Amino acid sequence: MKNLNRYGYLFIAPFWIIFLVFNIYPVALTFYYSFTNYSGSGVAEVVGLANYQRLITDTFFVEAFFNTWKIWGINFALQIAIALVLAAIFSDMRVKMKGLAFFRSIFYLPNLITVSSVALLFGILLDWQHGSLNMVLMNLGLISEPINWLNQPATAQLSVSLILTWMWFGHSFIVVMAGVSGISNDYYEAALIDGANRAQTFFKITLPLLKPILLYIMITSLIGGLQLFDLPMLLTDGIGSPDGSLNTMVLYLYNQAFKYNNYGYAAAVAYGLFIITIIFSAIVFKSMYRNERKQARQV
Amino acid sequence: MIDRTEIEKGVPQEKLPEKTLLPHEAKIKKRRALVKGIIYTLLILMAIVCFIPFLMMLVNATRSNDAILTGFTLIPGSSLLENYRTMMEYVNIWNGFKNSLIISVLVTVLTGYFSALTAYGFAFYEFKGKNFLFVFMLVMMMVPGQLGLIGFYELSKTLGILDTFIPLIVPAIASPFVVFFLRQYIKTTLHPSLIEAARIDGASEWRIFHTVAIPIMMPAVATMSIFTFIGSWNNYIMPLVILFSPEKYTLPVLMGFLKGSQVAQNLGSMYLGIAISVVPIMIAFLFLSKYIINSISAGAVKE
Repeated sequence: MKNLNRYGYLFIAPFWIIFLVFNIYPVALTFYYSFTNYSGSGVAEVVGLANYQRLITDTFFVEAFFNTWKIWGINFALQIAIALVLAAIFSDMRVKMKGLAFFRSIFYLPNLITVSSVALLFGILLDWQHGSLNMVLMNLGLISEPINWLNQPATAQLSVSLILTWMWFGHSFIVVMAGVSGISNDYYEAALIDGANRAQTFFKITLPLLKPILLYIMITSLIGGLQLFDLPMLLTDGIGSPDGSLNTMVLYLYNQAFKYNNYGYAAAVAYGLFIITIIFSAIVFKSMYRNERKQARQV
Repeated sequence: MIDRTEIEKGVPQEKLPEKTLLPHEAKIKKRRALVKGIIYTLLILMAIVCFIPFLMMLVNATRSNDAILTGFTLIPGSSLLENYRTMMEYVNIWNGFKNSLIISVLVTVLTGYFSALTAYGFAFYEFKGKNFLFVFMLVMMMVPGQLGLIGFYELSKTLGILDTFIPLIVPAIASPFVVFFLRQYIKTTLHPSLIEAARIDGASEWRIFHTVAIPIMMPAVATMSIFTFIGSWNNYIMPLVILFSPEKYTLPVLMGFLKGSQVAQNLGSMYLGIAISVVPIMIAFLFLSKYIINSISAGAVKE
């Protein structure tokens, strides 16, 4: 029997060969480049920590950092609020809404569409003079003159946030619903018998029991949000216009490497982004965990 | 997490009378029906808002550039063929379709097969360093794809596989998350005694994997395959970095190319190009929506 165990190595060998070559090695190579002034050709000269020093004083990177946060933050707040309201409606025992499957599918649909198609679509829908959105809003009398959505920093960022919300609230809703259906009906029945109103049921039962699911949504959304690239790349000129407001961290990384040939510096940007992701994931995780402990003590 | 006493504590008792007011029950029912109606209206409104960008896209794809410039209407135009011809003059969208399909299908097949193989190896054999390798894989799972982007590009350059499909397909053999998911799955669904029985019957290890393990893993492989396919189909940054020749572009990269090309002058053709990239996914979703949504729910709860 014992000699059969060598098959274990055989079975996992293809995975590890490819994993080492196409995953580990590139990550390690990028790490090495982040200490050099490599420009895509010629010799990579080791420059020590210079790239990282430049990174923390680089106003464009700092700007990209805050842009990414602003865009992600507005989107996440809206997305989770909508998802929770929808979940509260569909899980209400008294109203007993029908059509969950239908609405879930419709709300989820935008999430499946290729982001580059979405970006292109909104790029022309949001056009200042010829965009269909402004025309519809003006016909409805909601605005008196066309809004130049993608040409002012504030509206451009808001547009990206809203597109992201449009793309992701359906997904969050499905995940929240999955969490809600995992909560035992006994709690709701007991609350109903005790005469708890909707708000009480929601805030005292649903929300606390959903915490692990909300944590899951927040961390996956945060990791995805910090890597925001396709939308800002294709909505405007690809370098963050208007006025650098759509310059996100991965867009900056891409442009530094493949537009300006600053491979060494771009590698440092990649590792900066990685460290930021780890730090914020840890903060989210910890704050949620601490709240839970605090509550446990109160009870 | 929450015990009964806390619920009872948090619920004020004075709300109870509402339940005992039997004569007014009809009134409450009526009010409830009204509330329900309002909520349904709002939900349908929301569904329309969700769908309207697609509707605008489909309608505008059939209208001429001049018509789009003058205003928006929901009545389809008659310039569909003309828009199509203008678009095809500059960008062969079906070629991008074909490229995306080739890459996504191969990626899905490779990911499914090799992840199953690796998961089986991790689940049913004892060997030195197994736990270390598994934990190492889990740690690497957390690393975002962009971290190695520059190294990956340089590696592809060194290997001479830039501007080919190889760097977009072959790495799919190593998909840590799928391996992790399948290992958890097969650990609970395949009992070692079944493997022992097959061994006693004289089946080779490869045969056991192909005829016993793979069929059992199939439902989980199918679930993962949907997400692998969608992920590969929608991937933008990798093919953007790797591919240079327009005839090799995948659909997402072609979309970017469309934006910078002559086609952008004709909005009708632009809308049509986007529509062609979007509609097949919508049709596929029509048939798979229940399955996809159940998979998302299951994945979220398990984690």
